[in-house]
Amino acid sequence: MSDPRIIFDDVSVDFETERGPLRVVDGVSLSIHDQEFICIVGPSGCGKTTLMNIVAGFLRPSSGRVTLDGRPIAGPGRDRGVIFQEYGVFPWLSVRDNILFGLRLKGRRVAASEQQRVCQKYLDLMGLADFAQAFPKTLSGGMRQRLAIARAYAAQPDFLLMDEPFGALDAQTRSKMQDLLLEVLKRERKTVIMITHSVDEAMYLASRIVVVTARPARIRSIITTPPAYPRREALHETPEFGALKAHVRDLVMAEYEVQQQLSSTVSNAA
Amino acid sequence: MPTPAQVGSKLTSLLFEDRLATDILRSTQRVTLGVLLGILLAVPVGFLIGWYRSVRTFLDPLINFFRALPPIALIPLVVVYFGIDEPAKVIILFYASFFAGVIVMYEGVAQISPIFIKVARTLGASDHEIFFKVIVPLSMPHILTALRVALGVAWATLVASELVAAQQGLGALIQSAGAFFQIDVIYVGIVCIGTVALSMDLALRVLTRRLIRWQDRVEAQ
Repeated sequence: MSDPRIIFDDVSVDFETERGPLRVVDGVSLSIHDQEFICIVGPSGCGKTTLMNIVAGFLRPSSGRVTLDGRPIAGPGRDRGVIFQEYGVFPWLSVRDNILFGLRLKGRRVAASEQQRVCQKYLDLMGLADFAQAFPKTLSGGMRQRLAIARAYAAQPDFLLMDEPFGALDAQTRSKMQDLLLEVLKRERKTVIMITHSVDEAMYLASRIVVVTARPARIRSIITTPPAYPRREALHETPEFGALKAHVRDLVMAEYEVQQQLSSTVSNAA
Repeated sequence: MPTPAQVGSKLTSLLFEDRLATDILRSTQRVTLGVLLGILLAVPVGFLIGWYRSVRTFLDPLINFFRALPPIALIPLVVVYFGIDEPAKVIILFYASFFAGVIVMYEGVAQISPIFIKVARTLGASDHEIFFKVIVPLSMPHILTALRVALGVAWATLVASELVAAQQGLGALIQSAGAFFQIDVIYVGIVCIGTVALSMDLALRVLTRRLIRWQDRVEAQ
């Protein structure tokens, strides 16, 4: 196997609070290889987003280190596209200009014709071509999400970091978006780190599932899913897949309960 | 008290005697100049205060101190430092516009969601690009609101500014009419100020709608 691209080496994060430091991530070590699809699953409020913020370059670990291709991560960069939970599409730009934003930056030096070609490609791929001139205020939630993905893709990052990207979508749109994502990944191999609290989503998409504990986030278990395509069918039909899913669900549920107790103690104390 | 019809006929007669047209023009010029200068300063200062917490901690009390002073109370000082000519009047309007505008600006800039800046960074934008391609467009609505608020305040301050030995202008018209007890002329002055202020505000609203079509505004029913 080739060298891992992202390495978490005994990473801990403490946040300063009024009642002293609060540990949100504790001793996480993890290696992520090229073209893996990692899903991080765990109870909400446990520190999953913190892990992603470190890779994105928004946050430094309090101790330990995170390296990308052997170098410590110093800040955000366009090699790591981030898709935020709240989308963050630019309301003042049309759909087309949103997608072009990354391509038009000075550091990129992309020729104008190439900009248009890449933009059109993702407009078509995400089914946004008819809305190219529209402002985001006229788009539905699912379309805004597709726009955020198209914009991140157009910048051509090696890594996609996604923080519960489909969390706000209805079940049908969500399942469509998952298929679309897999389809795009089939054409352009990228390394993906996705945070989710849906075991179904993780089982459907991931090549490895990282189950993290209630706060502070530690790695509870890393599960490699068997390569199976098309996965939707495998999920329903093969007994190994069913058993594995039940196993992951048990792990996650146990952590949910711990997290719930944690939150109730915190609110009682407050 | 004059009837609306009497005020109306006074208005037409004054308009044709050409004094009123000059008054309207003079006052509009002063207000426009005062507001433009005020907003020209309020925008960069508002950016600084809205963006840097330390600047805000330092400047916030100062701004609120000066904002609370009624411009009319500053007239004697303005006369001492700037004389009684045109600059004195514009400076009072500038003062009123700046403080009205700067508050709108920095409250607006402080509300800009950090998510857009984070997204721009992950797409590879430099600090310079984040300022001009993210913060400036997001501030446009606030600049236009600051302009509208400043315009309203400037018109409201006009009469005070024209207390400084003004021969022409709607404020001067009202004051001299007051001295001679010409109630109908006072009303003509009031109607003119209101009308010009209203038309400028409407023009700004049209401009706002043109410039920021992207904004998701809730129209009042």
